[in-house]
Amino acid sequence: MPNILNVHELRKTYSSGGAELTVLDDITFSVPAGTTFALVGPSGSGKTTLLGLCAGLDTPNAGSVELCGADLGSLSEDERALLRNRQVGFIFQNFQLLPTLTALENVSVPLELQGDPRAVESARELLAKVGLADRGHHYPSQLSGGEQQRVALARAFANRPQVLFADEPTGNLDEETGSRVVSLLFDLNKEAGTTLIIVTHDTDLARRCDRLLRLKGGRVFERQELNV
Amino acid sequence: METLPPETRKAGFGWLLQMAWRDGRASLHRLVLFMGSIVLGIGALVAIQNFGLTLEETIAGQSKELMGADYLVDSDQPPTAGFLDTINQLPGTFRREVNFATMVSFPDRAGTRLVRVRGMEAGYPFYGALETTPAGAAETYIPEGAALLDATLMTQYRLKPGDSVKLGNLTLPIAGGIDLAPGNTAVTTSVAPVIWIPYEQIDKTGLIQVGSRVGYNFYFKVAPDADLQAIYDLWDPIMDRNNADVDLHTDTSQRLGRRFENVGRFLKLVAFIALLLGCLGIASSVHIYMKEKRQFIAILKCLGATRRQSFLIFLLQISGIGLLGGVLGTGMGLALQQIFPRFVRDFLPLELDWSIHWGPVLLGLLLGLVMAVLFGLLPLLNTWLISPLAVLRIGHLPSRLSKRLTALVLGIILLVIWGVSALLLEQPFRALAFVLGIAFTFALLAGIAWGFMRGIRRFFPHSWGFEARQSLLNLFRPNNQTLVLVLAIGIGTFLISTLYFSQDLLLARAQVEDGRPAANLILLDVQAGQQQAVAETTRAQGLPVMENIPIVTMRLEKIKDRTVNDIREDTTSTVSQWILSHEFRVTYRDSLIESEQLKAGQWVSAYNGEVPVPVSLSDNVARDAQVTVGDRLLFNVQGVLMETEVASIREVDWGRMQLNFSVVFPPGVLDNAPRFHVLTTRAPDAETSAALQQSLVRGFPNITVLDIRQLLEVVSDILDKIGWVIRFMAFFSILTGFIVLLGAVRTSKFQRIRESVLLRTLGAKGGQILKIAALEYLFLGAIGSVMGVLLSLGATELLARNIFETPFIPSWVPFGVVIPVICLLVLGIGLLNSRSVLRSTPLEVLRREGV
Ligand SMILES: Nc1ncnc2c1ncn2[C@@H]1O[C@H](COP(=O)(O)OP(=O)(O)O)[C@@H](O)[C@H]1O
Ligand SMILES: [Mg+2]
Repeated sequence: MPNILNVHELRKTYSSGGAELTVLDDITFSVPAGTTFALVGPSGSGKTTLLGLCAGLDTPNAGSVELCGADLGSLSEDERALLRNRQVGFIFQNFQLLPTLTALENVSVPLELQGDPRAVESARELLAKVGLADRGHHYPSQLSGGEQQRVALARAFANRPQVLFADEPTGNLDEETGSRVVSLLFDLNKEAGTTLIIVTHDTDLARRCDRLLRLKGGRVFERQELNV
Repeated sequence: METLPPETRKAGFGWLLQMAWRDGRASLHRLVLFMGSIVLGIGALVAIQNFGLTLEETIAGQSKELMGADYLVDSDQPPTAGFLDTINQLPGTFRREVNFATMVSFPDRAGTRLVRVRGMEAGYPFYGALETTPAGAAETYIPEGAALLDATLMTQYRLKPGDSVKLGNLTLPIAGGIDLAPGNTAVTTSVAPVIWIPYEQIDKTGLIQVGSRVGYNFYFKVAPDADLQAIYDLWDPIMDRNNADVDLHTDTSQRLGRRFENVGRFLKLVAFIALLLGCLGIASSVHIYMKEKRQFIAILKCLGATRRQSFLIFLLQISGIGLLGGVLGTGMGLALQQIFPRFVRDFLPLELDWSIHWGPVLLGLLLGLVMAVLFGLLPLLNTWLISPLAVLRIGHLPSRLSKRLTALVLGIILLVIWGVSALLLEQPFRALAFVLGIAFTFALLAGIAWGFMRGIRRFFPHSWGFEARQSLLNLFRPNNQTLVLVLAIGIGTFLISTLYFSQDLLLARAQVEDGRPAANLILLDVQAGQQQAVAETTRAQGLPVMENIPIVTMRLEKIKDRTVNDIREDTTSTVSQWILSHEFRVTYRDSLIESEQLKAGQWVSAYNGEVPVPVSLSDNVARDAQVTVGDRLLFNVQGVLMETEVASIREVDWGRMQLNFSVVFPPGVLDNAPRFHVLTTRAPDAETSAALQQSLVRGFPNITVLDIRQLLEVVSDILDKIGWVIRFMAFFSILTGFIVLLGAVRTSKFQRIRESVLLRTLGAKGGQILKIAALEYLFLGAIGSVMGVLLSLGATELLARNIFETPFIPSWVPFGVVIPVICLLVLGIGLLNSRSVLRSTPLEVLRREGV
């Protein structure tokens, strides 16, 4: 099975006020295509930072990231944007829907960016799949947190990504809503055969993944193969 | 990379437009402020530009109606037989007019009035209407030997047709009131209302005597295809030699246009300032808007939009708003200009034909776009630097634009401002000075505001109460808009108080200085034989004779050995033309008066019989005649030639309400020349003044009385009308400043809410939070408005020195009214915005704002 993500000796430092702060150091791991992968660790251990680097939203100080066969370090910002548009989906703790666009428009944007002439129809189908067929014309502020996250799910799968990054997708939701969203996430994932890389505090959620990487203080603390 | 699909499949321009529309639609309430700035700025500009063109066109199109003829010949000397021969050779048919100022009385009513009498021949005006009430009076007044009076005069003295009017020795029945006549305006007629009487009756008034200032006009009508310029070129030199002038109807309209030129320039300046304030509004509201759009852009980039795409979406949106603002602003401007006639109606002797001019309209439409894009460019370029990482980290700040790019954009902005102002003012260099001045004021304000903030930080008043300290600290909260706010408030105040001060300058010129009791009645044209009797009449009323000034009229015959005719014909001569044919009103006295200062030579206080006679010239006459101390002048004193030498040159303050003279003789030379006198007195009130005027008119009909009090009323009336326009335009600027203020206050709302929630959680009471907010706005308002007023003191001093040439004594209005009002406005807007913060509980606020 080929790897969709290869991370090699990654390091990230921040300098603030003259002092160097190493947030991530010597991180190496791989994620095989079509599997589910959990990133866990205490708050401040560098999970979000790592996710950002893997998705090409940020650049490392040392090491390399290979995503979908492309070396992110050799791509320009716009090439990385193009890569994200074609191959990557995102889900965030605080949903990050475009506040001035309706639910339907939010879902269709990734498709429209690809120039898909059927963008709106596909988006409507996806909204139906997450159970929000009749909420397409609503703005994010008119939706509950769980509904917003479902719209975000629909948007994440809209461009049929090869890999989907999720940063604490249930962090802002109550337990019941959170578990419904997680079920939906895994169902959609299974159906699409997408690789899922998920940052979470939730041990139940982590246990449903194939592999697990535990960070502590910016270093790899533990690797587990759970359901392989 | 086979995973990346072909380039052909990507979102096109249509999608960018669609995104701009989608986002704009939902952000409309945020864009209102932005649009408001554009609309107001462009509205003012288009209104004034279009109005200016309308005015120009109207004046040019109706110049014949203004003059009532194709051309005229005017002279201030009684026509001789030879002169009349020449007049008869001029092309076309003509009508004659004799006009002069005099006092009239109404036998049926009490009261006397200074008027301008026009003795007219039948047939004038050739063009334009002479509209009267009753309508037939225009035709009948000459055959019936009656008078036409200004309608205002009729109402003022409650006169009706059939009543009589007494001019000198002549009493005429009144045929009717004049509603509209060529060349009449409310302003000119309120100084001296006009009375038309038949030409043949003039002599019977007995008012034309030595020293009377009488105008003799000949109005001509020529064939429609006649070449007026050729007539002018041929005849004007000939008329010059007869101390007369040829005036084409086009010259008159040009002169009228020129009279409006300064008003026009001033209005354009004001419009431009409104536009600049609009730009300030755009810059700050786009800045705020794009800050709010950071997250949107980060998400878009995360979803795979390129930097170019995200930039273009908002460029399109801002351009769209700019275009829309331009359209609305232009429409508003065209509607707005309908208000202006209220102000010019009294100055303009004709009806305006409204029309829409394409120049201002195009300019308005184009400027909306250009201003929006230009002043939004920096925040727009900033989108380039927004990182998609911001979706993971709230508050992740984009890196800053490079200094070079920022400088480049600012450079382009200054260049465009200069271009637009050069276009408006039609003077590139003055426009440059103006733009630099504005930039300098801006920089100065920004510098002072910045220094002030640093000063507060460094010398923080730790001893102040909790609320005061907290509110000061708020001025430095991260992401604060303090500088923008202070700039906006400061510039707004600066403009308003500069306008106020300038108005004061204009008014001060017309006011008689306080302290010393000045004369307020001037008796003109008192004949030499009448002066004793007139003085006695005055004293009999209990009034003092303050001055008794003799006046002798004379013309120049030779300047430094060259006759004036010689100089007139010499095309290379640079001696001013007016000097050559001017009738000088000369006085004699032994000392300088208050408004004079010796600049060169020796003042001669007594005449010892020498020839040439030593005389003193005012500096402007010396300059225009190109003579200095020691040069000779030959005067023609009503037939007697008198050799003189320039003994001294005086600087004269013509602005003083005082009789000033350009030529002064020593006493003892002109005692026997035909002369008349000017007497001045001071009446304590209007009744005493009226009583004196009445007894004077009864006893000495040839005397003209100038009532300064009445004149000042007219002047301040005129200034009030100009002030109305100034205030209207200033209001426009304030409105724009308001928008800037609203925008700036709104940006900080979010932070304010969090702070107040925090304070409340820590146990602060609602009242304390209100006090903190109030004090903060008060600080902002005070810093901005005080700085604005102080800067305007400097600017007005510059204006006073360079343009108005008058000493500047600041009035208290900007200090006493403008500063408090601005502070209260800022406070009001601020507190209105904090209302929701204060009303709700911490939890409610947190939930609503969805932090
Ligand atoms: N821009 C930054 N500057 C300095 N330190 C940062 C910055 N962003 C994150 N950090 C630090 O990096 C560490 C890891 O953060 P993060 O990746 O958000 O951890 P996690 O997601 O595991 O909670 C934290 O200690 C955080 O303070
Ligand atoms: Mg995190």
